[in-house]
Amino acid sequence: MNLDLLPLALADGFSYAGLLFLVALGLTLIFGVMGILNVAHGAMYAFGGYAAASLVQAIVNRGGEVPSVVLVLALFVAAIVVGVVLGCLLEIGLLRRVQDKDPVLQLLITFGAFLILDDVQLLIWGGTPYSASEITGRLGTIELFGATFTAYQLVFIPLVALLAYGTLQYFLRYTRVGRQVVAVTHNAEVATALGIHAKRIRLVTFIVGAILGALGGALSVPNTSLVPGVGTDMIVLSFSVVATAGLGQITGALIAALMIGMARSLAVYTFPEFEVVVPYLIMVLVLLIRPYGLFTVAQARKI
Amino acid sequence: MLKKAPAKVLCSLAVIAVCNSFSSLAWAQTSKPTTLPLGITTFLTGSASVFGIPGKAAAELWIEEFNAKGGLDGVKLSPVFIDEGLGGDKFLSEYRRVAQDAGEKVMLAAISSGNCNTVAPVAEDLKVLDVMWDCGTEKILEDRRYKYVVRTQANAVTEMVATVVYLLKTKPDFKTIAVINQDYAWGRDSWEIFRNALLSLKPDTKIVAELFPKFGAVDFSTEITRLQALKPDVILSTSWGGDLDTFARQASQRGLTKQSLLVLPLAESSLERLGTALPDGVIVGARGDHYFLHPETKNDPKHKEFVEKFRARTGSYPIYPVYHMVAALEGVVAGYQAAIKKNNGQWPTTDQVAAEMHSLKFRGLTRPVQMREDGQGLEDQLLGVTKKVSEYPFPVLDKIMIVPATAVTPPIGEKSPEWVKKLKPDLLTNDQIKTFDYGG
Amino acid sequence: MIAGILSVIGAAICLVFGLIFPWMKVPIIVGLCYGLAALGVAVLMRAGQVSFGHAMYSCIAGYTVAFFARAYPALDGLLLVAAGVVAAVVAGAIIGLFVVRYREIFFGMLNLALSMVLYSVLGKFYEITGGTDGLRLERPPFAGFHFDRSGYETALLVTALLASLVLGALVQRYFGSAAGEALAGIKTNETRLEYLGMSARRILWSGYMISAALCGLAGALVVLLQGLVTPELGYWVRSGEFVFIAILGGSAHALGAFIGAVVFQVIQLVGTMLLAGTWKMLLGATLILVILVAPTGITGVLPIKRWGKSREPKISLQPIAGER
Repeated sequence: MNLDLLPLALADGFSYAGLLFLVALGLTLIFGVMGILNVAHGAMYAFGGYAAASLVQAIVNRGGEVPSVVLVLALFVAAIVVGVVLGCLLEIGLLRRVQDKDPVLQLLITFGAFLILDDVQLLIWGGTPYSASEITGRLGTIELFGATFTAYQLVFIPLVALLAYGTLQYFLRYTRVGRQVVAVTHNAEVATALGIHAKRIRLVTFIVGAILGALGGALSVPNTSLVPGVGTDMIVLSFSVVATAGLGQITGALIAALMIGMARSLAVYTFPEFEVVVPYLIMVLVLLIRPYGLFTVAQARKI
Repeated sequence: MLKKAPAKVLCSLAVIAVCNSFSSLAWAQTSKPTTLPLGITTFLTGSASVFGIPGKAAAELWIEEFNAKGGLDGVKLSPVFIDEGLGGDKFLSEYRRVAQDAGEKVMLAAISSGNCNTVAPVAEDLKVLDVMWDCGTEKILEDRRYKYVVRTQANAVTEMVATVVYLLKTKPDFKTIAVINQDYAWGRDSWEIFRNALLSLKPDTKIVAELFPKFGAVDFSTEITRLQALKPDVILSTSWGGDLDTFARQASQRGLTKQSLLVLPLAESSLERLGTALPDGVIVGARGDHYFLHPETKNDPKHKEFVEKFRARTGSYPIYPVYHMVAALEGVVAGYQAAIKKNNGQWPTTDQVAAEMHSLKFRGLTRPVQMREDGQGLEDQLLGVTKKVSEYPFPVLDKIMIVPATAVTPPIGEKSPEWVKKLKPDLLTNDQIKTFDYGG
Repeated sequence: MIAGILSVIGAAICLVFGLIFPWMKVPIIVGLCYGLAALGVAVLMRAGQVSFGHAMYSCIAGYTVAFFARAYPALDGLLLVAAGVVAAVVAGAIIGLFVVRYREIFFGMLNLALSMVLYSVLGKFYEITGGTDGLRLERPPFAGFHFDRSGYETALLVTALLASLVLGALVQRYFGSAAGEALAGIKTNETRLEYLGMSARRILWSGYMISAALCGLAGALVVLLQGLVTPELGYWVRSGEFVFIAILGGSAHALGAFIGAVVFQVIQLVGTMLLAGTWKMLLGATLILVILVAPTGITGVLPIKRWGKSREPKISLQPIAGER
């Protein structure tokens, strides 16, 4: 591979990383606040995507001239609805009951929820592929470094990812609810003693995390297609980002997503056979050297 | 006392079980069954289901009509569908479950060359007739002589060599080629043959990239960027199903189709779904001579009637998996009928039917298929280029060429890799190749 | 004692059913293999660690069996199984050296990551590993005999039953031994264990190798049964299923893994045959139910005191005489 292909590889990696970051962000947020590694996050991704595809198709089928803004908004609407509905269902119905149990049991309960949701998804939407490529076509293309990219993939997705990151950081640092979330993350007991409604905070956080996961799925639909199994693949991929970054690290997740995204697209240009291995290889290497992730802050151990 | 009793019970139960299995073996072969189960495998979930579900619809439609007309010498056919989308090992369990069931049956497997590779030895072992109705890998019937496994359609060699012929006749002076195929048996084997055939007939071709994204991948963005950077004259892809749909859409959105000539030997099955995503001039093949606007048979009553019935039932025009399914079913029925005749009207054994399948000539909906001694079917190949017309909301095929199978299939006993290296340029001027224009 | 008798009766029932209904042999063998693998996971669960990547050892053993069977078709099936188990143990030993430094979620995640690396590598290197299509192997001779399909399945059934009985008994002995109790000590209080002069890492490492061997045996048998190995054997969902069965059965007794496997197979059969296409839903619902209602699994709920020595310390709330 010659060096003038490098900018292309980076551009590809950039857009891939954007999507990965959105999904990983939701996962790491939930872990940070609730201490639960949510396996059902993959189902959020899948449901968000399928719901978005169905919504867009329904709007397009109604006929008439539909402005692109409406279609793009439909993606967000679908993601929010899915996030709220599934988030509430899971948090209130399931996670509250296992709050004080072993973290492994909490993880397994989300695995059980994931299995159920996987079948529900098959029942609702069936086995055929879903996509919404009309949106990508409408947003046009961009010429960069001698190759043509779709504006949707190159600009829109990374933009949304960065926006989500910025909004979340602002939310956590400068709003009251956000600060309460940080407090609950550090020490739920003390936060409750100080009058923070930890239960409600947890619910809000879970819903936000679920929306982010669903948004990842919804945004992937115009560019690719959804088939049964995307949730299962996405969950391990986002695990690799989250574990590499350190559980609960938001900025770390951004950097890790970029790292993995770039590494993967570089692999396609240099050693294409390694493309699928790269994210997990990075995860293993990072975990072997720094078991708690790249960006974890040392925490005092309570005995 | 307590120790002996269970042992005695166990022994007697074992004897009963053994006797049972023997008796069922003795009677199964010679008596005529009331129904003949057909174990049909197809993709019902996943990316490839857009390809597999029409095949299922075709089977159901054809079998319903066939049974209504009286069935096979009075025996009704009953299809049992197995999902290839379950993944290699779960699929094998399901296949075995159906194939090992007591009673006579015929298996029709499979679409995926990977799955065919897996089940062919199993069928041979179980002595069950298995008709490979859609998979293309030539290695199965070349590497080993099968008694019970046959293929009622062409294999990768016939198709890829025909594609090379069409490419060289259409665009004889291209310099560079890249390939992007699915990473499994078909994707790898088909490229190997295409590459060797191309290099035999045009040795100065330069291969700039060989990309093999995984089977069922939903995103080809990075691969497309790489292809754009390399700017090959020709891009080959033997992908099919949802993978091809996604690739074609993404390639079209990003202008790759304007830069390079796309050669898609399996794209006839995606034409209607892709609609306007494919521009004019893309070379498209149909894995056989299967096209609803086949120049020789589009007005043939059997073909035309089936197209209309299929369209009424599913809302779409039939694609080549549909044709392959019909051909396989016609082949099985023809095989049974030939065996019954040879058996003086008696219901034949599996061995007799299998033997007939190795010398049959039958017709699906288009040109007839000739079965060879090694179980391989000879099926002529149809290729064309896309062209937008006002009559249909998707491109049709123009400049159609039908290449006879005998010209592009290695003879029995010769291995494809060697045979392909011996190809001569006079193949391109073979006078049996017929050409047709759209509307002609 | 009771557990032992129950196991033998269960094995006899399996054998009889397998002989009377030939179609049941395959699901029973698969169920037993799931049980063996879950037993491996249960060994680690004793130490409080849950591995989400143990399917990789089944995968390693399976591919080893396939490689050897293809290279040397005359090799006996039992030898192939042995080769597979050895490969799994060696891999387990090497990987275990790194992995035993971690606990809890990180232990699980590192195992998951390694299994996904293996899965991806196996799926990509088409020339060597057959890619996603996997590797096929012809039926090898078994215990010196050349069986037909039906006899071969019976032979595998007998082997699987014997292996399950013997290994179940051995693992239960292991649990009761000093090494096994030390393993449980890692869960209760690792620091205290270290203060007693034992190396928690070394204990966990030996437990890890045992679990790798069990998963490897399961993988080797399944691959011999199917005649096919694909990377799916090492996918994370498969590891999740092993964990599910181990939780369902509980890690209090070795028999738990097999009870869990039976329940798992029943749910799958009900899900595929009766309510088509909903078996994952049933599995998920069962898992959730078990965790909410009986997190120690079936063997944790049943009166295990009568099955062997009680494992859980009795906490008495009565003050000791003389204290206030």
